[in-house]
Amino acid sequence: MRKTEIAVIGGGPAGLMAALAAAEMGAEVTLVDKNNNLGGQLVKQTHMFFGSEKEHASTRGIDIGKLLAKEAQNHSKIKIMNNSEVIGYYPDDGVIGIEVEEEKFVKLKADKIIIATGASEKFLPFVNNDLPGIYGAGAVQTLMNEHGVVPGNNVLMVGAGNIGLIVSYQLMQAGVNVKAIIDAAPKIGGYLVHASKVARLGVPILTSYSVKAAYPNQITKALERASIWKVDQNWQPIPGTEKVLKVDVLCISVGLSPLAELLWQAGCNMKYVPQLGGHVPTRTNDLETSVTGIYVAGDVAGVEEASSAMIEGRLAGLNAAKSLGYDNGTYEEKHQEALNQLHDLRSGPVGEKIREGISQLVS
Amino acid sequence: MRIEQHPILTFEKKKEVEFTFDGKKMKGYEGEPIASALHANGVMVLSYSKNSHRARGFYCAIGNCSSCLMTVNGEPNVRVCTEKLREGMVVETQRDRGDLK
Repeated sequence: MRKTEIAVIGGGPAGLMAALAAAEMGAEVTLVDKNNNLGGQLVKQTHMFFGSEKEHASTRGIDIGKLLAKEAQNHSKIKIMNNSEVIGYYPDDGVIGIEVEEEKFVKLKADKIIIATGASEKFLPFVNNDLPGIYGAGAVQTLMNEHGVVPGNNVLMVGAGNIGLIVSYQLMQAGVNVKAIIDAAPKIGGYLVHASKVARLGVPILTSYSVKAAYPNQITKALERASIWKVDQNWQPIPGTEKVLKVDVLCISVGLSPLAELLWQAGCNMKYVPQLGGHVPTRTNDLETSVTGIYVAGDVAGVEEASSAMIEGRLAGLNAAKSLGYDNGTYEEKHQEALNQLHDLRSGPVGEKIREGISQLVS
Repeated sequence: MRIEQHPILTFEKKKEVEFTFDGKKMKGYEGEPIASALHANGVMVLSYSKNSHRARGFYCAIGNCSSCLMTVNGEPNVRVCTEKLREGMVVETQRDRGDLK
């Protein structure tokens, strides 16, 4: 059995920041990640980030991931376990079960645990939605930006939120034709700056449109065509408005839901909050769940975006370290700074949904 | 299907390896996910659902959704979207739930 003071599960933006913040306070940290490379979904983000300098605004996501990963690798207080998938948490004895390199089972016991497992893509019901060629938008991003393979030739993007818009642009950067971006909502959900970029390249963005059905090629069995139709203000499809698009790829980008399995296993108090993507843990302002010693940060605590995930990570890391008595003298200042940054990020009309969601969780 | 030129990214050339897909010889790069090597070879159908026998491809590409299970070196239910490609791998379409050895 291995022992550590703070175990951080997940090495994406939230987990990396949590590990760095806790180690900086003086705690000894073990960072566990199932992938070979740290950085989580940052590794495929080729666009530049907004936000503040501290969260590396104006830097491409992929470079932020590398920067943080290097910092964590060079930190003497952080032990990294990569290619290590947490497969269970045993609340009776507080043991984390980890499969290392797909062959070894390792038990890890930690005084405090920070869960930063992120989120996975949601699915959408329509006829033949299981055909090969129908992928999550993030999956296409992984295939293209991480592995250098394009998903096909002609794409229909479903969802005009930021992910849908950004991935559409990235598909075009990789030389793929995006036939249309559709969204069932009456207006574009993502930032105008991302929408303008794709619109300038001639991609139609059709609002109040949804997918009716997908159709396979009879020989290959993979996607060949998709039909879309208009929906009214009650989200009901309007017959007679169908359009058929010849596409071999259909990307689904209709939001993410938190990967909260470990929180359920740990017995954390969970609540269904649609504004945050699904079931999320109730918690204190300092990101401690209803189970003492278990903290959360990033998308698993409520789907938001990478900048807030980084700040939440820092906050969770600071607090987990502090609860073990570690403070290098800067805790008060850094703690307050993180709270202020989160407040600023979530202020204004864009953060309204997130504020509503979080207000249901914080005790 | 591989990206040759990209305005932002450069893809380092990895070592080329040979593998088989349902007995057919194919080439891919060592260490890339099996699914990406298959996709680069134009293979999109990875398995068939066990009850309705519907064709399945990958969906999430990060090892979460289990849509991409294939038989690799005789072992069923391998998530090929994250499993790394190695020289001489035997990759097969999976049509049933598979048996543990």
